[in-house]
Amino acid sequence: MAEDGLHLDDGSRVGVIGGGPAGSFFSIFLLDLAYRMGMDIQVDIYEPRDYTRPGPIGCNMCGGIISESLVQNLAAEGINLPPTIVQRGIDSYMLHMDVGSVRIETPLQEKRIGAVYRGPGPRDLKEVKWGSFDGYLQNLAIEKGANVINQRVDELLWEDRLPQIKIRKEEPQPYDLVTIAVGVNSASRKLFNNLNFEFTAPKTTKTFIQEYYLGEEQIQEILGSSMHVFLLDLPRLEFAAIIPKGDYVSVCLLGEDIDKELISNFMNAPEVKGVFPPGWDFDAKSCNCSPRINISGNSRPFDDRIVFIGDSGVTRLYKDGIGAAYRTAKSAATTAVLQGISAEDFEEHYWPACRKINTDNMIGQAMFLVTRIIQGQQIARRAVLRMTADEQKEADSTKRMSMVLWDMFTGSAPYKEIFVRTLSPVFLARLAGDLAISVTGR
Amino acid sequence: MASGELGKVYQDGEVIICEGEEGQCMFVIQEGEVEVVMDGDDGQEIRLGVRGSGEFFGEMAIFDRDVRSATVRSLGEARVLTVDKKNFMRRVHEDPSLAFRLVETMSRRIRELGEEVARLQNNG
Ligand SMILES: Cc1cc2nc3c(=O)[nH]c(=O)nc-3n(C[C@H](O)[C@H](O)[C@H](O)COP(=O)(O)OP(=O)(O)OC[C@H]3O[C@@H](n4cnc5c(N)ncnc54)[C@H](O)[C@@H]3O)c2cc1C
Repeated sequence: MAEDGLHLDDGSRVGVIGGGPAGSFFSIFLLDLAYRMGMDIQVDIYEPRDYTRPGPIGCNMCGGIISESLVQNLAAEGINLPPTIVQRGIDSYMLHMDVGSVRIETPLQEKRIGAVYRGPGPRDLKEVKWGSFDGYLQNLAIEKGANVINQRVDELLWEDRLPQIKIRKEEPQPYDLVTIAVGVNSASRKLFNNLNFEFTAPKTTKTFIQEYYLGEEQIQEILGSSMHVFLLDLPRLEFAAIIPKGDYVSVCLLGEDIDKELISNFMNAPEVKGVFPPGWDFDAKSCNCSPRINISGNSRPFDDRIVFIGDSGVTRLYKDGIGAAYRTAKSAATTAVLQGISAEDFEEHYWPACRKINTDNMIGQAMFLVTRIIQGQQIARRAVLRMTADEQKEADSTKRMSMVLWDMFTGSAPYKEIFVRTLSPVFLARLAGDLAISVTGR
Repeated sequence: MASGELGKVYQDGEVIICEGEEGQCMFVIQEGEVEVVMDGDDGQEIRLGVRGSGEFFGEMAIFDRDVRSATVRSLGEARVLTVDKKNFMRRVHEDPSLAFRLVETMSRRIRELGEEVARLQNNG
């Protein structure tokens, strides 16, 4: 145990509850930094999932898009995602609306977005051809020296002012620091009964994911390396995408409590049917789930010797949740190694990273409101389509609308930055022109 | 290009960055090798080094506003990922430790250059 004050030292023990992206990123960066500082720290990750097994047991349920900014940041960290994990490199987005469709090409004509499965793949997977993203990160954490305990944590206890982790049939284990990375999709409430502060769990809403087997060749033919996104006039639907993977495609719906009626309205929309092969049987799904998504973060994601990261702390609204897991995990790890593990240390050095995400989410809320207005107004949809299509035809123009949509859909840039770009007089003038054309119906 | 490969594939001999051009990004090799070359005073090309999988190149453009100091060409087929200056600097501002690996690489290269200078002085 660390002897003096609330710091990690040679021989300190860190317990990580949850080995999804946040837990693994945290362990990787903590161990890497500790090594650089000449400290030997023991890290135990508690994670019940088995990432070698297809279906729910090995899957943390998500669309599986690794954003452009995260792919780049990871490369700078020395984590280069291999084609054995990335099922498809994405180089364009196809935007579908009732008034037409337009392809938005990546600015650099390069594949910098990855489509992955969090586990090895859906329940009915015939042949394991690609590895699990979460498993890949977990293995990196193991290579750095983390110890994975394949168990669910039942309770978090305190003794001699040290947190203790309790798993079934075992004695509680004391740690200098416990990092909570349990996400928002498991019943972990009991874990938080013994915290020394008022814990407010993140607010969540229900989403929907459905997988279809199409086979690699057919996917290449009909979807290629494009992610297909939909701006449809369906109430409560914030974002809908069809994401090509290796042999499967994922249909992913985000919004307010996605229910059967909304799913059926979406699947029956002609714009959606048009993306699948003619006569496609939508009941021939292989796997589906309704995970919860964090829509408002934990208001105090730390205390002495405790830090919440990833979805169970603070994350980005609707986009780039794995990117937010990386950012919060990295910030918590650097704070723990370089500053300390007291509530004050986390407040001073970790909370600003969370606050920045929270503030950006508020701007994101406003941006989604505008998107909803566009979704509901055919004139606005026509103007957006026209402006984007014209930009995509022009070789050397500044593609303002395309870049706004690209960053909105991919989650690559902060909402604040996208918002500022929409205030540019050139952007507004061009949009006004296209709106006028839509109104006059030219 | 296989479906899950990220970045862009360059063919043998293809120029990835060109000496004297302005740069707004650096590169990380995902697969394969590249060679770094420079024009010598006598017009002869000098090979400065070979970089392999996982290594950076073009990183000086991230920190200074000068033009590219060397040309980088693919040696055989190479798959390379671009890292934008803006994205990288934004993250470094939030998290300076992101630059650790880059600083580590640059300090290793300075050490190698120092050794090279010493060798040249000994020979000359
Ligand atoms: C429909 C949908 C689509 C999404 N699409 C994307 C996308 O395309 N791109 C993107 O970047 N993000 C996406 N997200 C968000 C992304 O899934 C999350 O932000 C990300 O998974 C957060 O990682 P995490 O490690 O914090 O939590 P999780 O991934 O939820 O991991 C938590 C881990 O903790 C473990 N755990 C839970 N309780 C315990 C316990 N008591 N003891 C031990 N272990 C425990 C779980 O088994 C799990 O492995 C999407 C989310 C949803 C719902």
